[in-house]
Amino acid sequence: MSETKTKQQGAVQTTGHAWDGDIQEFNNPLPRWWLWSFYATVVFSVLYWVIYPAWPVGKGYTTGWFNDITYTVNGEERSRHWNTRSLLIKDMQEGKEALLTQEYMQKVEAADYQQILADPDMMTFVRSVTKGLFGDNCAACHGAGGAGVIGLFPNLADDDWLWGGSVEDIQNTIALGRNGYMPAFARTLNEEQLDDVSLYVLSLSGHEVPADKLMRGKQLFTGEAGGCYYCHTAQGTGLKSQGAANLTDNIWTIADVPSQAELAGKAAVVKEVIRNGVNRVMPAWENRLDENQIKLLTVYVHELGGGQ
Amino acid sequence: MKFKHESIEINAGLLIALTMVVISIGGLVEIVPLYFIKDTVEQVDGVRPYTPLELRGRDIYQREGCYLCHSQMIRPFRDEQLRYGHYSLAAESQYDHPFQWGSKRTGPDLARVGEKYSNEWHVAHLIDPRAVVPESIMPGYPWLMQPLDYADVADRMRALKFAGVPYSENQQEFDANVEKFGPDVANELNILRAESNLVQQAQSANYDGDRAKLTEMDALVAYLQMLGTLVDFSKYDEGYFAEFR
Repeated sequence: MSETKTKQQGAVQTTGHAWDGDIQEFNNPLPRWWLWSFYATVVFSVLYWVIYPAWPVGKGYTTGWFNDITYTVNGEERSRHWNTRSLLIKDMQEGKEALLTQEYMQKVEAADYQQILADPDMMTFVRSVTKGLFGDNCAACHGAGGAGVIGLFPNLADDDWLWGGSVEDIQNTIALGRNGYMPAFARTLNEEQLDDVSLYVLSLSGHEVPADKLMRGKQLFTGEAGGCYYCHTAQGTGLKSQGAANLTDNIWTIADVPSQAELAGKAAVVKEVIRNGVNRVMPAWENRLDENQIKLLTVYVHELGGGQ
Repeated sequence: MKFKHESIEINAGLLIALTMVVISIGGLVEIVPLYFIKDTVEQVDGVRPYTPLELRGRDIYQREGCYLCHSQMIRPFRDEQLRYGHYSLAAESQYDHPFQWGSKRTGPDLARVGEKYSNEWHVAHLIDPRAVVPESIMPGYPWLMQPLDYADVADRMRALKFAGVPYSENQQEFDANVEKFGPDVANELNILRAESNLVQQAQSANYDGDRAKLTEMDALVAYLQMLGTLVDFSKYDEGYFAEFR
């Protein structure tokens, strides 16, 4: 140990000062590899300053040379010094993925719904691309698989459609949004009447309910006191134009009837819906998604449930 | 006097001072020119400061630490544009103090979440995220249904005014805002009407689904529903914003 120290002290310079009497510091030259790496970074930075935007000058900056990006806007060619926004435009127009997608996108754009649905090749594309679109935009409410949340967001994976299940209806729903509204009957009907209507509604989908209550409920449903038939129709099948639920098919989107085992429980959840009404909003997507994206989603949703 | 490294090394105070000078050069060189380069903030219509209700929502967003998991900065990349929409502009956060760009995404970016989902979704999701998104790892914030304290909203606006946000407190400033933003927005930016504006917006839009109560949920949802909605990008061609870089 002490031998090495003596040798080294003899071989190289120290910085000259000593702490605590004998702690000294070597003053070795920088390692060659480090020094040359440093010079290389200096050269690199000079090249970088020439090629990329770098130094602020007054109200502008050096924009870099020999590195312009050319892209097309509205059919007119534009050129701009290197910047990430121009790079994005170019990538969206000419990138490898963009070109691959474009080929199919143009096919989808040119085809009508029947052609898309009938073409297995295009449908494969629709399924793979739209899965991402659906996940980014629709899944937050309707769930990744489209099953929705009972009471809040409709199930898209079944063949029951509040606003219609044709491609035209689905496209309208996505593009323009929907306001699902049913008035609250808390002030219109008393407790007994609410009970009667609830039981009548359950009878429409085949539930066995007491005959006297059923008759009173039917009068409210199909008469002016309740007026339910305005939207749900006298048969209870629901007007698609109003987004009114079909009450005869035993598919429930708001009242969680299947969760209740007994008739009393089922009637209670229906009663709460009638009492409080419904106010649901599906946002409009026409300003957020382009026409082709809406078209893709329409086909996807149409296929997800039993489209009509 | 001959310069000696030793004189810095053995003088701790001088060493600290000079270290700070050297480190700050990096920051200053990158930041200061942005104040002088005219293209830093894009020329774009529609960006305005927050209304009093949105401002309280922004404060709650910060109080709950939303920014720790959610960024508000869509970068100009293909994948981000496809998922979130148009990349964020500097102009869109010009009235943010502090900006909410964030640096980490555990949850999705929120820069353009406004008007994407319904109010009901936001309320249900904030109270219990897994009730609507089963795979979510976001914590629930059920206490947001507590009443909103807005007694100090005017002071909060004054603090931001001090930082340069054009809220108005006298006729002259109000007139300047009418000119710049139009009469409706100028009215919302009037500090003297802050409380009544806040109550009015919460009641007319009914963000939390309960008209009778003015809750923190009202404020936070009002804030979330306006994020990224101020600029109408259909008014500008694809290349317009690249001209500012």
